[in-house]
Amino acid sequence: MPTLQQLEDLTRQTRRDIIRMVHKVNSGHPGGSLGCTEFLVSLYNEVMDLKDGFDMNGVGEDLFFLSNGHISPVFYSVLARRGYFPVAELNTFRLINSRLQGHPTTHEGLPGVRIASGSLGQGMSVAIGAALAKKLNNDSHLVYSLHGDGELQEGQNWEAIMYAAGNKVDNLITTIDLNGQQIDGSTDDVLPMGDLRAKFEAFGWEVMDIEEGNNLEAVVKGMKEAKSRTGKGKPICVLLHTIMGNGVDFMMHTHAWHGKAPNDEQLAIGLEQNAETLGDY
Amino acid sequence: MKKYIDQGKNDTRSGYGAGMTELGRTNPNVVVLCADLIGSLKINQFIEENPDRFFQIGIAEANMMGIAAGLTIGGKIPFTGTFANFSTGRVYDQIRQSIAYSDKNVKICASHAGLTLGEDGATHQILEDIGLMKMLPGMTVINPCDYNQTKAATIAIAEYEGPVYLRFGRPKVANFTPADQKFEIGKALMLNEGTDVTIVATGHLVWEALIAAENLESQGISAEVINIHTIKPLDEEAVLKSVKKTGCIVTAEEHNHLGGLGESIARVLATKHPTPQEFVATNDTFGESGTPEQLMEKYGLNNKAITQAVLNVIKRK
Repeated sequence: MPTLQQLEDLTRQTRRDIIRMVHKVNSGHPGGSLGCTEFLVSLYNEVMDLKDGFDMNGVGEDLFFLSNGHISPVFYSVLARRGYFPVAELNTFRLINSRLQGHPTTHEGLPGVRIASGSLGQGMSVAIGAALAKKLNNDSHLVYSLHGDGELQEGQNWEAIMYAAGNKVDNLITTIDLNGQQIDGSTDDVLPMGDLRAKFEAFGWEVMDIEEGNNLEAVVKGMKEAKSRTGKGKPICVLLHTIMGNGVDFMMHTHAWHGKAPNDEQLAIGLEQNAETLGDY
Repeated sequence: MKKYIDQGKNDTRSGYGAGMTELGRTNPNVVVLCADLIGSLKINQFIEENPDRFFQIGIAEANMMGIAAGLTIGGKIPFTGTFANFSTGRVYDQIRQSIAYSDKNVKICASHAGLTLGEDGATHQILEDIGLMKMLPGMTVINPCDYNQTKAATIAIAEYEGPVYLRFGRPKVANFTPADQKFEIGKALMLNEGTDVTIVATGHLVWEALIAAENLESQGISAEVINIHTIKPLDEEAVLKSVKKTGCIVTAEEHNHLGGLGESIARVLATKHPTPQEFVATNDTFGESGTPEQLMEKYGLNNKAITQAVLNVIKRK
């Protein structure tokens, strides 16, 4: 079980990985990645029950599905630093012949990835399927998924939300990255989604908020609380309130860095704000 | 010419249902999903015998494809079931990303394909599905010809690791292939050896091709008839071997000529053995309401159309 300091060190190092990865290839999605760093670091190092090594079926361990695949930089960094593949491979992000495609895929055989994502709105259905397989296999482990808030504009999510509650898929914890931003602006400006808690509850989900989604202690505590609510007949929705671009001051609170890489000078500032902890790749 | 006997008309979708019943008894990893069309897909028996391995998804095909992809993670072999239109065009991106690109072992089983769906009309009569599905990298595409072959194909694809599109239909048609056949994916079946023309057919058009071959025989034309139940991967060798003997070919399918079996064969011939070819297929059009027989007549998809196409292609030799 890592200490809080160890989780903080991992978080800071992951932030460095994210901005260095997108800077090198002058492409990729730093904003959403930075906003979800505390969440994914906590999930993979404190919350989920994981086996050593990787096999696709993942029987006997918790599973995670990233639906908003564009935040691949944070996903890759967390997977590498959890030991799924060599940290040095982060250096190949988005390059030709790399297993670290722009959006995550199983197609190149990258350990830790169980589904391709990038075209939005599909991950919750996949997570439900995996959760149903766990029930068929009498495997009491849980399935986690992460989705952007803007992503909920895709209609398939609402098919999945209806199904999961209607069929009591109670071994599923779905987290919504509530950063309030999408490519064209704030979610409220682009397409207001109204009261998401009320919507999930109306569909029959157990809903909880993590108000400080960029506070490691709050995230760990919240996700453990979410775990304790599984197995009671309802799927769990966690509304994770985050700040897009968290940890790099000029990227924070704006959609401007959704899919834009920092230049040399901006990278230097970002790295200065996040001192090396575990060693750069 | 070799005689084929109709053992009694039956629908290919019932062949699917019978295949699922058998798989339910023999393969504990097989699970079935359906989008509110249990009766149409003939899966009542599977559900009765295996209620825990059946998932009623409701009218939500996109969710069904994603759930199917997820079920493979954990070792299940999901068979999805709905009409061909809702199995393909409606959910193309879900299949593309969550199943095909993700290398998931999902069997997409599609009933009511083509014009023979009949009276419901063009909204439900997809004539583009073979093209859509064969274009997806890694996707196997199968269109069996009768009840027995659909049952055999259903059982066979459970043994194969990888995504499969299995296409079948609604109406009762001749059932003429052996009940005990072993279905081999990607292996064309020689139904009648001939010397003057090759007729390659898939799905409901195979029986029509056999009738056409009989008609042609009475006119002194010896037609070779090949059943291509697997459109992808295509048995190129069987096609090339035949046209090297006959020198011309007619392809027949219940599908648009754009993107169908005929185009797949034309690509092989163009690159390996240029050969005159005629297409029995729909001509870049939607269908309409009518009985299956009326529609197949109007859109030129029956034995008469095949016979005429043979007469045309022989002149081009």
